[in-house]
Amino acid sequence: MRAAKLLQYARQWKSAAKEVVGHSIVFAQFLSLLHLTDTYICSPTLVYGPSMLPTLNLTGDVLLVEKLSPVLGKVGPGDVVLVRSPENPRKRITKRIVGVEGDAITFLVDPGRSDRSHSLVVPKGHVWIQGDNIYASNDSRQLGPIPYGLILGKVCFRVWPPEDFGPLGQ
Amino acid sequence: MAARGFLWSSAKKCFTAGLIGLTVSDRYASFMAVRGSSMSPTLNPNNKNSSGFVFDDYVLVEKFCLAKYKFSRGDVVVFRSPSNYKEKNVKRIAALPGDWVHLPSLDTVRIPEGHCWVVGDNAACSMDSRSLGPIPLGLICGRITHVVWPPQRIGRVVDGKNSILPEVEVDILEET
Repeated sequence: MRAAKLLQYARQWKSAAKEVVGHSIVFAQFLSLLHLTDTYICSPTLVYGPSMLPTLNLTGDVLLVEKLSPVLGKVGPGDVVLVRSPENPRKRITKRIVGVEGDAITFLVDPGRSDRSHSLVVPKGHVWIQGDNIYASNDSRQLGPIPYGLILGKVCFRVWPPEDFGPLGQ
Repeated sequence: MAARGFLWSSAKKCFTAGLIGLTVSDRYASFMAVRGSSMSPTLNPNNKNSSGFVFDDYVLVEKFCLAKYKFSRGDVVVFRSPSNYKEKNVKRIAALPGDWVHLPSLDTVRIPEGHCWVVGDNAACSMDSRSLGPIPLGLICGRITHVVWPPQRIGRVVDGKNSILPEVEVDILEET
């Protein structure tokens, strides 16, 4: 009598445990799918600051960053990219690519104050990035060429604010 | 009909396992083969003697350190090569931001903010910061903690503060 009752309890426990395992697998699958979409396909990012005026607003835009083209090596001059800052790896910056490896770049060292310009050739595996607002941008003119491996994604779409909703032009 | 159901369920299981495995290897830890002898006493020690079969070392790469980018001198790290983003290199961190590095050939170099100085344990054949310059910390994609294969060498990777190249002298910035 007692043994039968115990057996019944055990069966109940077993089915409950099975259910818990099944649910947690579905949950883990959902989280993994979220993570993989975020790292390999696209992810929303909030950017703000004066360096990309007038393309991006000062107060903050929500952008859709596409992660596939840097992996495939399809990022070229003119693309707006999200880059991990070489000065602080926990910070990410948005800039426009001006030149890829082998390009000759000429830039103003101190725009607004002098006309002194400087030119160089971008080394192998590096890119030259600049903000659209050259007067208030901390970019390759201060940091030097950026390794291609620091590029996180290509900005392709603006989600917010709603009046600017749409694909981001060149 | 039963065969089809079985196929479908096993395909679903494979898909789930793949998804979860990829996520874990992305975020937490993964396995990797190390090729080349640039880290020779620590990894791939017998690559020099050509006794026929030479196996690569397989190592465990942990990625928790990427959450804060906190590293210490002596850590063995995997990073993307600055000159070719598809290539990954394994080297040891010798100096962190703010340190001074004295080189025999060049003069003294100060490591800029957010960069580090990496060297291979095998000074003779290693392409490291002596030719590449300081590496941005953002290129680092993991820290090697254990050797998992071959079986006779399973164990922790030693934190070799004293195996850092003698000719690279590092002035350590005291954290106050």
